[in-house]
Amino acid sequence: MEEKLVDINVMGKLYQVPEGLTIMTAMEWIGYKFTRGCGCRGGFCGACGTFYRLPGNYKLQVGLACSTKIIPSMYLTQIPYFPSQKALYDLDEIENPVKALLELYPEIKKCVGCGACVKACPQNLRPIDYIAAALRGDWKEAAELSFDCIMCGLCASRCTGELVPYNIALFVRRYFSKSVRPKPKHIIDRNKEIREGMFDEAVKALASLSEEELKKKYDLREFEKL
Amino acid sequence: MSGYPISIQESIKKLEQTRSFRLTQEIPRLSFSEREQLLKECHPDYRPDSIKEVRVGPNKGERLTNKLADLLEAKSSLKPDKIDLQFIDHEVDILVIGGGGAGVSAALIAQERGASVLLATKLRIGDSNTIMAEGGIAAATQCNDTPERHFLDTIGGGRFKNKKDLVSALVHDAPLMVEWLKDLGCMFDTHDNGDFVVSFAGGQQRRRVHSCKDTSGLEFMRVIRDELYNRKIPVLEYCPAIELLLDEEGKSAGAILKNIETGEHLIVKAKAVILATGGIGRLHPCDFPTTNHYGATADGLVIAYRAGANLLHMDHIQFHPTGAMWPEQMLGQLITEACRGNGSHLVNINGDRFINELETRDTVSSAILREVKDRGNGIPTPTGKEGIWLDTPLINIRGDAGKLDRMFAGIVHRFNEYGIDVRKEPIMIFPTQHYQNGGVEIDSDARTSVAGIYAAGECSGGVQGINRLGGNSLLDIFVFGHRSANNACEYVKKVKVGKLSLRHITEYNRQLDEVGINNGLTSPILLPDYTREAVKIKSYN
Repeated sequence: MEEKLVDINVMGKLYQVPEGLTIMTAMEWIGYKFTRGCGCRGGFCGACGTFYRLPGNYKLQVGLACSTKIIPSMYLTQIPYFPSQKALYDLDEIENPVKALLELYPEIKKCVGCGACVKACPQNLRPIDYIAAALRGDWKEAAELSFDCIMCGLCASRCTGELVPYNIALFVRRYFSKSVRPKPKHIIDRNKEIREGMFDEAVKALASLSEEELKKKYDLREFEKL
Repeated sequence: MSGYPISIQESIKKLEQTRSFRLTQEIPRLSFSEREQLLKECHPDYRPDSIKEVRVGPNKGERLTNKLADLLEAKSSLKPDKIDLQFIDHEVDILVIGGGGAGVSAALIAQERGASVLLATKLRIGDSNTIMAEGGIAAATQCNDTPERHFLDTIGGGRFKNKKDLVSALVHDAPLMVEWLKDLGCMFDTHDNGDFVVSFAGGQQRRRVHSCKDTSGLEFMRVIRDELYNRKIPVLEYCPAIELLLDEEGKSAGAILKNIETGEHLIVKAKAVILATGGIGRLHPCDFPTTNHYGATADGLVIAYRAGANLLHMDHIQFHPTGAMWPEQMLGQLITEACRGNGSHLVNINGDRFINELETRDTVSSAILREVKDRGNGIPTPTGKEGIWLDTPLINIRGDAGKLDRMFAGIVHRFNEYGIDVRKEPIMIFPTQHYQNGGVEIDSDARTSVAGIYAAGECSGGVQGINRLGGNSLLDIFVFGHRSANNACEYVKKVKVGKLSLRHITEYNRQLDEVGINNGLTSPILLPDYTREAVKIKSYN
């Protein structure tokens, strides 16, 4: 069967590629061999953020090259890297998190709520909202709203206040997860037992069994109910 | 409106009709011997063309997964006589090779213990299978669970081929690693009181997988990477190791890196090397699609092998039961086992289940292959392939209406991009290459058979036996990341490295010539080549 070819425009150059490919597989079909702009190929790693437009439409659109289907006549460029500020800090030394946030990322106050970040997020997050939550000191809200971030950098490329929202969010999530949320008692207790060697003998005894004896025990396991 | 082509919507209706019956249906687990039988009949490892003999090096005469055997029988991509080893670019105590979970955790621990560390990686820090891991980290942290139970599950899951001392280390350190990650600020799923949410994985007798939604690896990776930056640990990105260096006594002495953006080679002298180079998926063993990262090309196995380190269990590859089969754009991508761990069924074209979904991965994958290939019960796609349904709406039905959004946001989002609402419709799946099971053989101190070379994570072999359980890989990378760093730090205090040498490369090439092997390949390959034949021909290389 003849493949149906459609036009796409990669960084200003026109190509014809089979329809139905992703931006990434279309570029590989053309003959690009990636070192940058390609990572996990599954939507997790943020290597392949891409901007594109369609003819006759002023709207700037975004997607991950690995998981965005090509659209006929689209013209695109990848943003494999975007310069960003990352503050250095020691989580153990943070006493007043709001003060720390304003010191580490003073530009956070420059967020004017324009929403350009929202339009630029391929994960459909709303950086504007998690930045606002962080400014209010609502750590839980900011952490939860930003959790699906893959740190591709597209929000930072569009931010009119020149923030790097994803690095701010990472600081907030780490502080929240480490210091706001309590450490579960069950993990503290278990690790006390582990450090005291409470299970060492039992594991050793199991490890000393023959393969036949282990197989018997294995088949007799009782499973917790789903 | 359905996100699926009309041709397969009929079978979704059947799946919906059998749902209430399936919710009450108990499918007993296979005994170990029944499982062995199924694997020998249906697992891709037992296809006659899946393994081949390697004719040189430490595993000479053994049969390994065939695409790896080819790379081990390839010539080095380096010309040893052209390299002047006097010009050393970096000199450190410990060189960590690989920027995934094992490498970054090793670098953090080694630096904490006072060693000078350099981390080199092929792409960006975090570009790894770790960042793509979905389900979570296994650890016996609940009061109904113990490290012994975890031991028994792991070693049985590995078909009793695991090295027992490694499994003991794994289950012992597991709860400590969960606490280490929590202290670094990883955002685990928790109940309202702050206790960790734990889920089932196949072959685990207790709920013990600790998750961060369905992007657990991403969360761990971005946190430890952030910590790596905070501690100003030197990093070389886009600089894979293309050969290891030894000294005249055959001890580890560093590595030769290649800047893949400029082509420049860098010589790193190091007293110890920690290999954390990950897996093999991008070689596409048995021609399956893969869940693996673009850089998973077995580089570490190749260079360690040439340096004299032996491999273990490289005849067994893990195929994950639930790789995406539709839409085609997602072919082979991972659908986390946690879907089954939270109650999704596997369903054939008749609306029937055919295996207990919480069997081990090798078993479930084999059962799917049998259902589709031998029994003809697959669901045909419009492009001529066949898959099986994973009944994801059951997660909300058995849990609550918000569970998929809460715990599987990544899957909801990725399928939504293609118009499929996994809260209402099932996912079409088929087995996909996922994990390499074996690797460079290590002991419980993460030492390989070459003095000063350590290995951690997927590139190492022994801990997982010949089939890994879900949740044990995010665990393995941190346990042996830590152990490799701790032991390498002790080692570098005592060792004196002599003159740098690449004699082992010259010698390896000579052995290939002696046996008369010339397969036209060079390795490590660093990245897969997905260029079309039509383009390749016209590039006249």
